[in-house]
Amino acid sequence: MRVGFFVTCLVDLMRPAIGFAAIRLLEAGGARVFVPPAQTCCGQPGYNSGDRAGAIALARKLVAEFESCDYLVAPSGSCTGMIKTHYADLFRDDPPLLARAAALSARTFELTDFLANVLELDAVPGTYTGTVTYHDSCAGLREMGVKQQPRALLARMPGVRLVEMTECETCCGFGGTFSIKYGEIATRLADNKCSHIAASGADAVVLGDLGCMLNIEGRLRRRGDSRTRVLHIAELLAGE
Amino acid sequence: MQIASMHFKERAHDNMGNAQLQGNLQKIKGKFVAKRRESLAELDDFESTREAARAIRQRALDDLDVWLEMFERNATARGATVLWAETPADVNRHVLAIAARHGAGKIIKSKSMVSEESALDRAIESAGMEVVETDLGEYILQINDYEPPSHIIGPALHKSKEEVSDLFARVHGTARKMEINELCLEARQVLRKHYLAADMGISGGNFFVAETGSVVLVTNEGNATLTTTLPDVHVAISGIEKIVPTLEDVATLMRVLPRSATGQSISNYVDVLTGIRGDGEFHGARHMYFILVDAGRSAVLGSEVGAALRCIRCGACMNHCPVYQNIGGHSYGWVYPGPIGSILTPSYIGLENALDLPQASTLCNQCGVVCPVKIPLPDLLRKLREQQFARRLRPWAERAGLRAWSWLALRPRLFGALTRIGVRALRRLGGRDRLIHRLPLGRGWTDGRDMPAPAGRTFRELHARRRVDGERR
Repeated sequence: MRVGFFVTCLVDLMRPAIGFAAIRLLEAGGARVFVPPAQTCCGQPGYNSGDRAGAIALARKLVAEFESCDYLVAPSGSCTGMIKTHYADLFRDDPPLLARAAALSARTFELTDFLANVLELDAVPGTYTGTVTYHDSCAGLREMGVKQQPRALLARMPGVRLVEMTECETCCGFGGTFSIKYGEIATRLADNKCSHIAASGADAVVLGDLGCMLNIEGRLRRRGDSRTRVLHIAELLAGE
Repeated sequence: MQIASMHFKERAHDNMGNAQLQGNLQKIKGKFVAKRRESLAELDDFESTREAARAIRQRALDDLDVWLEMFERNATARGATVLWAETPADVNRHVLAIAARHGAGKIIKSKSMVSEESALDRAIESAGMEVVETDLGEYILQINDYEPPSHIIGPALHKSKEEVSDLFARVHGTARKMEINELCLEARQVLRKHYLAADMGISGGNFFVAETGSVVLVTNEGNATLTTTLPDVHVAISGIEKIVPTLEDVATLMRVLPRSATGQSISNYVDVLTGIRGDGEFHGARHMYFILVDAGRSAVLGSEVGAALRCIRCGACMNHCPVYQNIGGHSYGWVYPGPIGSILTPSYIGLENALDLPQASTLCNQCGVVCPVKIPLPDLLRKLREQQFARRLRPWAERAGLRAWSWLALRPRLFGALTRIGVRALRRLGGRDRLIHRLPLGRGWTDGRDMPAPAGRTFRELHARRRVDGERR
């Protein structure tokens, strides 16, 4: 099974360790991981900001890079959601590309979904002792149906106790460029999220998207919370 | 209504700093979000009902002209007069002409958001007549010097019980009431006199039924029934998109509307008003008018954002919107707030007059998943963003930045080289705590949050190095 790994631009630039953790997990599940070396961005920043032409060009590039793989897996609900639910709109006037994108979309998976439902990973390599709470990222939850998968994987870690926070499905306020254009509103939403995390009593908040991670960690630290850890699910599952 | 959508950011800032309003906004989650969830559990299969509701609304829009003409025929055959308003100003002109024809001096009104578009109440008063809002929320706003509504089904939702107590005591000259029941009773006593003395009643219209020429009103206070049946003249005003083909369709839509709106299985009142009072009948207006309003809707129909016209005005999108929940309806600056307002407002008043609205969403899609007629709200916001980008209605630097990003990301080698430099620079900016406290070009972020610094190496360079090492071994 040849799995094309899309690292995503945010993980590439900000937290490469998450990418390597994800690869370890895929390999632990028996996948042969291929990392297209020229990959960059799925086109979501342009798509969400109105730059349709830019988004189409990048989507076209991504399809060409990954269509030879059996699967495309990325450690992000947001980027896989882009491919799976929005490429069809980008290629609506280009039937041949639309068909190629549809074929790829059907084989595109968010990391935890792939680990739990395709590789059916029984044991995870990581060990962690502590109480964690899980933040459901918007696109993962509402575009990719990621809800039980990360929780099922966490349940395979004996030292991890999961406590659900209030409003775990509510947006953290990141929203891509929204987080800068409407920084004050984004900060308020992130602040609400931080309060729910604090109220849960967890030592760490775990999530599956880097955008939310930067937003939540950034607000936690600014609030003066240097204790609560912010971890990508891949880091936790793979061990550090 | 005066347009203030260009002041979105300032208004959102003020509203986030208003402790009273923030407290009032908190109630939405308990009142609407929780109740909706409970009431939907009563339905055997919400998703199928939702799909049926979507199909009904889409079918109505697909052949809107046919249904509108059918409506006009059937309503006319039952003695009503159908008038068309191309612009908001036409609405006011029609109403004033009807009032003049029947010598109306006093008008009562039940809730109509469409009439807010044309500031109808002010126009009636300017013409020397009296108008009294009878929906409790609208009444509260009217006696508070026509404060704008902040929510489509709870126009005074932003006000607390205490604020209403003060307002009533001041305006009515009565002792300050502390209980909600007492406040409602006081409003009822004041309004009752107006119902009996009014010459004309104006209502909105939740649905216009093509096959019968009826208007359907979905309410909870009973005021719409009195407004439309006590006076001799009834005028129902609503958008042309509010048409549905049959009464059977209304029955289906009513399964999702009250549940999505207030979490009720059905609203306290559902009026189906068909034709004028006939000989020997005891109820109903003797003169009935329908004003069907375009005011930008026909331009939306068939456009990229045409699905927005399916809206049945339940308010679920705003109730569930994390942005709305924190900034309140007044921030949006016109009649319709929240996600649906962020699509309708630019569409009706012009994209250039509401530059922030399509952008002021995280696209979290909570609105999309709760919408009872499956309007893909985030997708429609994206369409408006595309129009803004194409029409250069976004700042030069933003457009250039996006173009530069895709240009660079299409050139992997250059992308790799520049990002390697970038992450190293930002890593240094992060210092010992690995947090960037102030980003010169990213103040929008760092004013309220730290920016966790990048690790200092990109995945692609590390991975390429590992691969080379692997091959050497």
